[in-house]
Amino acid sequence: MKKTYSIEVDCANCASKMEDAAKKTTGVADCNINFMTLKMKVEFEEGADPSSVMENVLKNCRKVESDCEIDF
Amino acid sequence: MNKKQKKMLTKILVSTALMILLHFMPITGILRFILYMIPYLIIGYDVLIKAGKGIINRQPFDECFLMAIATLGAIAVALSRSGDYTEAIAVMLFYQTGEWFQSYAVGKSRKNISGLMDIRPDYANIESNGHVERVDPDGVEIGSIIIVNPGEKIPIDGIVTDGNSTLNTSALTGESLPRDIVKGDDVISGCINMSGVLKIKTTKKFEESTASKILDLVENASSRKSKSENFITKFARIYTPAVVFSALFLAFIPPIIQILIGDVPMWGDWIYRALTFLVISCPCALVISIPLSFFAGIGGASKAGILVKGSNFIELLSKTDTIVFDKTGTLTQGVFSVNGIHHNPLEDHELLRYAAYAESASSHPISKSLQAAYGEALNLSRVSDIKEISGNGVTAIVDGKSIAVGNEKLMDSLGIQSIRCHLFGTIVHIAIDGEYSGHILISDIVKPTAKEAIRLLKNHGVRKTVMLTGDSATVASEVASDLGIDEFKAELLPGDKVDEIENILSSVTNPSNNKVAFVGDGVNDAPVLSRADIGIAMGALGSDAAIEAADVVLMDDNPKQIASAIRISRKCMRIVHENIVFAIGVKFACLILSAFGLANMWLAVFADVGVMIIAVINAIRALFTKKFTE
Repeated sequence: MKKTYSIEVDCANCASKMEDAAKKTTGVADCNINFMTLKMKVEFEEGADPSSVMENVLKNCRKVESDCEIDF
Repeated sequence: MNKKQKKMLTKILVSTALMILLHFMPITGILRFILYMIPYLIIGYDVLIKAGKGIINRQPFDECFLMAIATLGAIAVALSRSGDYTEAIAVMLFYQTGEWFQSYAVGKSRKNISGLMDIRPDYANIESNGHVERVDPDGVEIGSIIIVNPGEKIPIDGIVTDGNSTLNTSALTGESLPRDIVKGDDVISGCINMSGVLKIKTTKKFEESTASKILDLVENASSRKSKSENFITKFARIYTPAVVFSALFLAFIPPIIQILIGDVPMWGDWIYRALTFLVISCPCALVISIPLSFFAGIGGASKAGILVKGSNFIELLSKTDTIVFDKTGTLTQGVFSVNGIHHNPLEDHELLRYAAYAESASSHPISKSLQAAYGEALNLSRVSDIKEISGNGVTAIVDGKSIAVGNEKLMDSLGIQSIRCHLFGTIVHIAIDGEYSGHILISDIVKPTAKEAIRLLKNHGVRKTVMLTGDSATVASEVASDLGIDEFKAELLPGDKVDEIENILSSVTNPSNNKVAFVGDGVNDAPVLSRADIGIAMGALGSDAAIEAADVVLMDDNPKQIASAIRISRKCMRIVHENIVFAIGVKFACLILSAFGLANMWLAVFADVGVMIIAVINAIRALFTKKFTE
């Protein structure tokens, strides 16, 4: 399953750090952040619950970029 | 400006004012330190907090951490020696101003680019119980009737059931000539209705409609990364740690050596140099400007009616060395029409009638053009016993007469002597009851812009042009020499085209720099499109299969767009290379200068944010593609 979320982040380097952090979250098969459109595309693993996975994604992203936002 | 930007601007102005004020106040000692900390904290507290969070989360190498160390270090140096706190504040100010400007510039360009692709329809008008209602296009079912008023965008693909109008398709195709629309025509979403009210029966869902698909494609284009982007990502990953460790080295090793050789260690100097190193270590200028250049390039191309599906294809397109064309529908209009009827004992119209009836079961373009030339509705009960002889033609019984319609081979196999035509095109011979009754010449017309397109491509560095066609060698050689195409391969079956592409690909001498593009109409050449380095589908407006299979989609069917696409990609790549060289060059120059103590913190901040801003402004140039489309 794939879902797209709006994100808020200030710099391109931070966006790529968020992408790495999201990829390492359990339940996420793949993630792609487009800094230009400020969109985060997440591909979930089979059977994963998107909203609970996204909470962890946000937590992990905050670790690398403390003032980022993900709209989910 | 958003809220965050406004807040930052206020902080910048307040702390600048305070700093200037303090400069004229004759205070010394600890009070001076405390007073100077006020503007420093106003401008830098969020950086310090973020740096702290970074350490807690074990992500120390971010720019906030670096700025915090650099400015705190400068304060420490000031406290112990000079008492000049302005440098720490000024560096923080400069950094925040740069960040602010960058965020503003990126936001602005983001707006510009999405403004270019402003084809997203916001609403649909639906008629229910006699009055018109505005609804979200997302919820409109297939088969609903929508109403599009003059000046509105068509929200969903469909067929016009009522009304006529002219459509402005320029947002989709880059073509400024309006298109006339009457009842029964297919229309696609994203076009703007210009004159009359249209009632449209939708044939697709909103998310399957052309406008949504194009937007999706362009927005996702940057997920296919180019080599330059991958290079930068890798570079950034090693660059920051490398510079941070060099800074550590610079702070400790030279003073220790100086102690060992009995010299003065000059700790302050070396630490200051190390701190400037840290400021230069942020790779942001590179990390932002390269994808931004590609994004702007893709945005500019889509404005010209050229959809590029990924940054990697911009890169490949700029290296196009050989272009292989499919003939029909690409260089020619792909519309076959009857251009002559020769050697017939019967009336022209009667001969066409027999031919049209005999071919009535086929959907081949040839039979369609026969039916179009006949011009009357067919009564299928008049035809029976239709037999298709693959590659040769058909035989059938029409009005009790046995009719054979096909090529020379068919006539030969029936033992009928046929007469060759002296003109180029597809020749359809007809025999009635075993008697030769003449032939019909069907030919395709070369697109008026094709010749100019080939010339433009040659002018812009395409070395070789090749044409592939299933047509006969005589037709192919005629078209090729007329257009100035270097090579042609005729009488190919669809499978042969893939083999030909393989041959061309393997004959390229320098495959990493010379790319082979294939241009087709995308309808039946999907395997060839995907086999070539770059598959270009043209005239693909509304054809999902083509948009799916190709790497580059030309919305219009004008072959001159191929040259535009290549020129746009070249400009974009030139900007990308400029940015890479400029950003890395300035950073390295500043690193070397500061290692020798020739650069101060100001220059370091310029190397960080100044370079970034210049690179961003340069990247935006990729958006302007107008001169390539004329």
